[in-house]
Amino acid sequence: MRMKMRTLSAAVFAATLFLAAAGCKKKVAAAPPPPPVVETPKPPPPEPKPQPPRIDTFAAEPATIERGQSSTLRWSIASATNMSIDQGVGAVQANGSRQVTPNGSTTYTLTASGAGGTVTRSVTVNVNAPPPPPPPAPKPVVTISSADMLTREAQDIFFDYDMSDLRADAQRAATANAELLKRIFAQDSNFTVIIEGHCDERGSAEYNLGLGDRRATSLKEFYVQQGLPAERIRTISYGKERPQCTDANEACYQRNRRDHMAAGQ
Amino acid sequence: MKTRNITVFLVATALVIAGTFELMGQVDIPGVIQNRDLPVIAVADMRGSGAAQQYMDAFNQTLWSELDNTGQLKLAPKTSYPLALPQQPSDFRPPDLFSEWTRPPVGANYLAFGYTAVQGDQILLYGYFFSLGQPTVQSAQILGNRYYGALSNDGAKKVAREFAADILKQLGIASLSGTRIYFVSDRTSKPNDAEIWSMDYDGSNQRQLTRYGTSSREPAVSADGKLFAFRTLASGPAWKIRVHTTDTIRNQVFSNPISTLIQTPEFTPDGKHLLFSEAIDGWPQLMIADIDGSEQHRISNGRFIEVSPRVNPKTGSDLLYISGRSGHQQLWRMNLDGTDREMLTSGEGDVANPSWSPDGHHIAFSWTRGYEPGNFNIFVMDIADRKYVQLTTNSGRNENPGWAPDGVHLVFSSKRGRATQIYTMLADGTHVQQLTTQGNNLQPVWAKGIE
Repeated sequence: MRMKMRTLSAAVFAATLFLAAAGCKKKVAAAPPPPPVVETPKPPPPEPKPQPPRIDTFAAEPATIERGQSSTLRWSIASATNMSIDQGVGAVQANGSRQVTPNGSTTYTLTASGAGGTVTRSVTVNVNAPPPPPPPAPKPVVTISSADMLTREAQDIFFDYDMSDLRADAQRAATANAELLKRIFAQDSNFTVIIEGHCDERGSAEYNLGLGDRRATSLKEFYVQQGLPAERIRTISYGKERPQCTDANEACYQRNRRDHMAAGQ
Repeated sequence: MKTRNITVFLVATALVIAGTFELMGQVDIPGVIQNRDLPVIAVADMRGSGAAQQYMDAFNQTLWSELDNTGQLKLAPKTSYPLALPQQPSDFRPPDLFSEWTRPPVGANYLAFGYTAVQGDQILLYGYFFSLGQPTVQSAQILGNRYYGALSNDGAKKVAREFAADILKQLGIASLSGTRIYFVSDRTSKPNDAEIWSMDYDGSNQRQLTRYGTSSREPAVSADGKLFAFRTLASGPAWKIRVHTTDTIRNQVFSNPISTLIQTPEFTPDGKHLLFSEAIDGWPQLMIADIDGSEQHRISNGRFIEVSPRVNPKTGSDLLYISGRSGHQQLWRMNLDGTDREMLTSGEGDVANPSWSPDGHHIAFSWTRGYEPGNFNIFVMDIADRKYVQLTTNSGRNENPGWAPDGVHLVFSSKRGRATQIYTMLADGTHVQQLTTQGNNLQPVWAKGIE
């Protein structure tokens, strides 16, 4: 059949009008013939899927250190574009090493990422407290002053009423003092000691000044007999003028009847 | 036989008891008048004419206290006096004459009176002193003098003192006016330190003499009152003697010996030497040296504590001192050359601080006899017969008696509470007066004043 183009167009026009008049909701009465199939170009073949990053090596050598020592991190990475290690190390190359000196046990995490994904690996450096330092070698020089030694260790020497000779307990204390003085004099060539003689309050001030001098002299003579150098020992009497206590009883009187050792100037 | 033994025993016991009382008996201090014999003096308030009147309160008070402080006069109280007070000898008229003053309630033996006036720019005192037991004005007048002073309170006090001194001289009573007491005080010092001070005999005008800021003690004064010596730590950590002038406190040269101990300095009466105690071979011994410390000689000789040398002011050749020779501190006497050593006290208790009376007849010292150690009392002993008397009785710790230049007063220290203070008294233990109150005051010596 030969149709006139005019007739075909008119038919299409009429069909379209018919469709338009019929509304969009109406089912299409008849599907037009499909357009001619056009040969679409084949999409390019899909790229080969990217390799995932690969951490071949990530280690710490040594894995255990003592505080203050260092360890070396080594790594070897493939197929990654972004590589970094945390704990302040930062971005790294694919192959490398870095010396670290952590204060305490630390886990280092290597992150490698690329088009194929992201991988991580961690390694821990164990840090042990250092062993205690060895004790220092004994020093040849004393660490406390001679005057402090004297204050701490010298004993007062006590006397009977109106007496200046050393009774038994006084001799024991004086002997200990003599040993102390020998030690002090040996390590301190400048040190001198003063023996102060004192009395209780009962005698007169004038006589007591003499008695205090006797007590100090008596002790000095004892020290010299023990081998101490006389020129390093001075004496002074304070009589009853510098009492340790002022109660009117025998306990206080005895406390005052004494020789006391003091550091010389 | 038995009866005779008992009789002998009883008589011996009676003698021993009597002997003990003899030792502790009455000691007559020459010049110390017993209470019942004190002369009674009336001291009439005086007035001044014109500008002199305003100073008469000071005048009258000074005249009264100068006479009263001697403790050797009984001053009749002013409230008992007649209303009309005499001003000049012509105020007395027969027949009554002095009867208003001699009869009760006044009962006076003597009368001091007069008046003051202005002459030029000075105060002029007309001072009269009458012995009232006389029949006429003329025979009664012992003193009728003029005295001049500045027209001021000080001038009025000066003429009062001069008049009082003349009155005392007439009565044979030494005046204390102008004498000074040197002593130790801690009132301005750090704990355990002390300085040398001085004051008038009645406690007024207390003055700090040394300012070393350390411990200075045991003052001694020369007989002429011009120098004082003491022991001190002022030169460093060892006791040394220093000598100063009393008026300007200027340091005098004294070469101390090298010793662990130097103490109790004392001038010889002629002022040319100084005695002291010095530790020699470990024992405090008595030394004498020139006034500048040169020519040192040892006087005592023994391994005992010997301190407080005191030279006899009358002889100048023997001395008292304290020694531990007998086992405790006791009073000894020996010649300056070390001979004729003797112990004056019994050996009991502790003795300290001897002091000679100006006439060398009596000594004063402190002693614990009869009491626990530390409880000292003042004793006076007649050096010739060794009789002694205890003047203080268990009131505090009484030490360092010092004889006054008038020969009848003593100064001493006493701890009667928490603090030690300085007192004066008559040498019979009466008329005790406290002179200090601040801090602790001790080791007094009584010296002549300097003009």
